[in-house]
Amino acid sequence: MIRNRVLFVLIVAGLLAGFGLAFVTHAPNRLVSGRPVALIAAADGARLLALLPGVFLLFGPFLPQRRAAHGAIAIAAATFLVALCWLAGASAASLAESASPAARTSLGAAFWTLFICTALALIDAARRLGLSAAAGLLIGAAVAAAIALLGASGALDQLSIVREYVNRRDVFADAVMRHIVIVLAALVPSLILGVPIGILAHRRKTFAAGLFPILNIVQTIPSIALFGMLIAPLSSLAAIFPGLAALGVSGIGLAPAVIALVLYSLLPIVRNMAEGLAGVPPAAIEAARGMGMTRRQVFWRVELSLALPVFLSGLRITAVQAVGLAAVAALIGAGGLGAIMFQGLFAYALDLALLGALPVILLAVVVDAFLRLLTAYAERRPG
Amino acid sequence: MIELDHLSKRYGTVMAVDDVSVTIGKGEFFAVIGPSGSGKSTLLRMINRLIPWSAGSIRINGEDIRRFRPEDLRRRMGYVIQSVGLFPHWTVERNVGTVLELLGWPRAKIRDRVTELLILLKLDPDRFRGKYPHQLSGGEQQRVGVARALAASPDVLLMDEPFGALDPVTRSTLQTEIARIHRESGTTIIFVTHDMDEALKLASRVAILDHGRLVQTGTPLELLTAPASDFVRDFVGREDYGIKLLSVEAVASRLRAGEAVPGEPIAASASLREALSRMVTQGTDRLGVVDSDGRPLGALHLADLAR
Repeated sequence: MIRNRVLFVLIVAGLLAGFGLAFVTHAPNRLVSGRPVALIAAADGARLLALLPGVFLLFGPFLPQRRAAHGAIAIAAATFLVALCWLAGASAASLAESASPAARTSLGAAFWTLFICTALALIDAARRLGLSAAAGLLIGAAVAAAIALLGASGALDQLSIVREYVNRRDVFADAVMRHIVIVLAALVPSLILGVPIGILAHRRKTFAAGLFPILNIVQTIPSIALFGMLIAPLSSLAAIFPGLAALGVSGIGLAPAVIALVLYSLLPIVRNMAEGLAGVPPAAIEAARGMGMTRRQVFWRVELSLALPVFLSGLRITAVQAVGLAAVAALIGAGGLGAIMFQGLFAYALDLALLGALPVILLAVVVDAFLRLLTAYAERRPG
Repeated sequence: MIELDHLSKRYGTVMAVDDVSVTIGKGEFFAVIGPSGSGKSTLLRMINRLIPWSAGSIRINGEDIRRFRPEDLRRRMGYVIQSVGLFPHWTVERNVGTVLELLGWPRAKIRDRVTELLILLKLDPDRFRGKYPHQLSGGEQQRVGVARALAASPDVLLMDEPFGALDPVTRSTLQTEIARIHRESGTTIIFVTHDMDEALKLASRVAILDHGRLVQTGTPLELLTAPASDFVRDFVGREDYGIKLLSVEAVASRLRAGEAVPGEPIAASASLREALSRMVTQGTDRLGVVDSDGRPLGALHLADLAR
């Protein structure tokens, strides 16, 4: 009797990957493709213990749908996430004992599938427990902290991605900072421009009718093309006005990246601002005016407050999008995590590419979760 | 006292309100009634200056209302609308206290006043204070709407079809409440409705509008007994005209003093319509009549209703 179909499907996928694909791959150096090592081979001896929480999860779909069961599944899934990382690290360490220093152990398809399936099982259990956004964020942070702790203890040192990190420790920190700077440098002007434009679009329908097609077209331009399109005008601007060049404006680098990101960010911000305002019940505005609120009070206390959740969900889309697009901006020399990612891709050092891509994903997830939390707070009304 | 003096509102070529002059006395329960599009809501919304007028003037206690800042004027008037318009992101307490907050009352005083108002509208303060509008039934929402309008003890309460969206039972209950509040507070109420029964039940005076023009003003009895035109006669109702007549007269007016009748008595203040309904229900042709303290006054006979 299958009581939780979601978990059942995840387990089938996890088992197929766990037994059919490589858990880690071992190669004599970072350029050749590696020899697959199966999950069973990786988990020999005492390391078999790491699979215990996974074995418990196998029973999950058949447990009665009670809070206790969901809680147990959540704890098992969270533990299994950390255990999978430890297992990969430990098997890499044992493989390294009998290999040259140039040898590399990379995470295999089975690891990623199991990790993602387990993470989804954890999210599913948290949802069935009815946890708040804040509690979900806390669990995610706890799992991330446990994995980070594992890394700090040296248990993951022999994994190729960690070795790539160790090689680029100082560059990596700068790249993360740079990435965040690009995103913020794009978001702040987007907000300063987008919020008033959104308000205007709500009030002047003819303005909105002309504006949205333009913003929609901008949104359909591929990011790499938009970056490219900005190179020529910006470099000639910088050539004509040396002052601009002194400010750092040039065809490549931060300036075109930020301009392109602002252009992309305008649509979701403007649209959600206008939609949020349009969603305010007309009766509330009528009543507010009838109560004797001034136009300004009606706007701040009623319209803007009620539009805030929709606006924040637009900001969330924008921010997550900006984190991703900022990675592409590395192609025009803006730096950031994208630089590490592309360096890895062009050198066919896939773990290096991963070292750039994983933090981008993590950053996007964190930004998304934080803004979800803010949205939930803005619309908090006991149900 | 509110004076509307040759008041007109023109939208393009259409006269939404056409040369209306009427004086509403202090403490009156004044109903404005008319079919859809007759300009009754427009008329009401000019009184708190939500809509500017094209010609004429409005005076309150002799002062032209254009002399006040619109916001100040509105804070002195209660305003209740059919769609209620509670602020969905605020609790009942904050909704009711809206005008007091605008007037800068201290928080503790607002809290006390909100408690008073919730009790006045028969909402348990402890249970309702912290609720959000979406947690309330339609009737409860409009009770909060009325409480909010009464917060600053306004001289005038403007009500725009306030009970139009409620089910008949809830509507009838709230009509009784507003009649009681009017009696107890003496607030002037200007009440827009398209429901003749509602106007006859509540109002001390009724104005009938048609295409923006004031067709007739009078007490409910005057409208029924001396309609100024066929339009008024149609509007007050031809078929159940007699029933409507009964609804505006009290049992006391047909009382046979001193006569004693067994069975459950009826209050002298009840309408003749209620009395007729009771006779039909109970299968009797006479009812005992008592005063508000339950002391027997006499009897009412079925034959007296047709007198």
